[in-house]
Amino acid sequence: MNLHVSADIWQPIRLTLELAALTTVILMLVGTPIAWWLARSRAWWKEAVAALVAIPLVLPPTVLGFYLLVALGPSGPGGALASLWGARTLAFTFPGLVIGSVLFSMPFVVQPIRNAFEAMGEKPMEAAATLRASPWRAFWTIAVPLASPGFLTGAILGFAHTVGEFGVVLMIGGSIPGRTKVLSVAIYDYVETSQWTEASVLALGMVVFSFAVILTMMLIEKKMTKSTS
Amino acid sequence: MSTVKVDFRGTLGRFELNARFEVPARGVTAIFGPSGCGKTAVMRCIAGLNRLDGMCSVAGDVWQDEKTFRPVHQRPIGYVFQEANLFPHLSVRRNLMYGHPGKAGAGAIGFDEIVGLLGIARLLERSPRHLSGGERQRVAIGRALLSQPKLLLMDEPLSALDQMTKDEILPYLERLHAALVLPILYISHDIAEVERLADQLVLMRNGAVLASGPLSELQSDLSLPLALSRDAAVSLDATVLKQDAADGMATLEVGGGYFLVPAEPLTLGTRRRLRVLADDVSLALETPSRSTIVNVLRARILEIRSQSDHRVTALLGLGEDGQGARLLSRVTQRSWNELGLQQGLPVYAQVKGVALVRREEPLA
Repeated sequence: MNLHVSADIWQPIRLTLELAALTTVILMLVGTPIAWWLARSRAWWKEAVAALVAIPLVLPPTVLGFYLLVALGPSGPGGALASLWGARTLAFTFPGLVIGSVLFSMPFVVQPIRNAFEAMGEKPMEAAATLRASPWRAFWTIAVPLASPGFLTGAILGFAHTVGEFGVVLMIGGSIPGRTKVLSVAIYDYVETSQWTEASVLALGMVVFSFAVILTMMLIEKKMTKSTS
Repeated sequence: MSTVKVDFRGTLGRFELNARFEVPARGVTAIFGPSGCGKTAVMRCIAGLNRLDGMCSVAGDVWQDEKTFRPVHQRPIGYVFQEANLFPHLSVRRNLMYGHPGKAGAGAIGFDEIVGLLGIARLLERSPRHLSGGERQRVAIGRALLSQPKLLLMDEPLSALDQMTKDEILPYLERLHAALVLPILYISHDIAEVERLADQLVLMRNGAVLASGPLSELQSDLSLPLALSRDAAVSLDATVLKQDAADGMATLEVGGGYFLVPAEPLTLGTRRRLRVLADDVSLALETPSRSTIVNVLRARILEIRSQSDHRVTALLGLGEDGQGARLLSRVTQRSWNELGLQQGLPVYAQVKGVALVRREEPLA
């Protein structure tokens, strides 16, 4: 076994962190209004929307990846969008990866935030309204602080899930070093080319990372139940 | 005169509501009725938390009619919920200040005044999580008041509390009532609370308003369920005339008569509220010569109602002419017949028990 670790190993790590960070930020911005609506709306069809958001939980990643590939490709809406700046396609690009990751990690962000909003109930918002707080002020001063454990959980899960994503990325990103080759794909490639050292370094890193994530989540949950009792 | 005018009708959930009343926009108006009769629904509609067809105006200011529906946060209300509903992530002080308009809009109700009135000064830096039920409710009342409301809505603020805590808070409510010129709508299903606090009453049954008006009028209206209930009573606003230093007996004047009541030292000239249960008033045709009953008042029988339990509830007017304050008396059908009592007859009302139910307030 070759004990020399290739310097290339840092590239997928950096790319993965960039992708996960950007995806998480976008998910917080997009997921919060969706979670708010799902928690508060009385529309009968809201559970259909919730199911749509949750589909990636059960759908094989390759299926989602396949549709995304079609949608982001030259003849799909993604291609049309890309042509605005002279590109031919969004597939096999970093922006394409971000779009895919956002859709794929959406349920992991929306669900905890929605749960937190629902656990809070209507009462604090009603109290705020009777104290002259506009809905906007009540949202920022009451709902967001009260739901903060949900936001934290959502952010951590969204980030971690994006880091660990493989199938969707492989379908729509391929394995272009520095552009679409993320951690999980890199590990696969290292194994394919028998670079066992690099593969095991990355794999071990993922195990440690995952452990830290799960532990953090459990601690947050514990703190959350303590504060509501 | 400025009034709170309400007229809501419609269905809320499985609930049919048809509530219409108009009461003066001053003092405490109790909305009274059994659990589930729609009291909370009416109050939530006034606050704008629920929306039903109808109208609502307070002191001439229209909050809702066919064309307008003012959102909750634009109505000058204070709302005290059954559970205090404090913001758990904010300290008591920040809870209190949440609805305060700030320096620019600082109104008539000051922070220090409210904190003193409610006795919450030592709680200010604490988290609501570490307060007792009674403390939480006092903070909630303070928070509502500091938003400088023009109408205070209180939805059974004491119902979630045990009797001891209730007794601890009631004096604070009475102090508020005496210290602030702020109309209060107060939901309760506890007649004892109503008798202590209310000036006006809105009587509700099954989503509809049975009657509304001054408390003593509704209490003594024999066509309403209140006067025929087991704990029927009248509330009388009385003036302290004198007090015997030796035995503590105070003389309080009501329209058409005087009551002698043993009491802690009272301030002469102040107003106190007396409560007299119908069961504690018996009737006689002549004044009894030797008896432990100290209050024997001349009265006239104004109206009677026989009840299914073979008892008679009579409405009395105090004074020889029957023009004074109203009392209720409940006696058995047998004694009624034996004495040959009937409407219009002058009688002596023997009052076995009189309770002072409200703290003193200066003569208006």
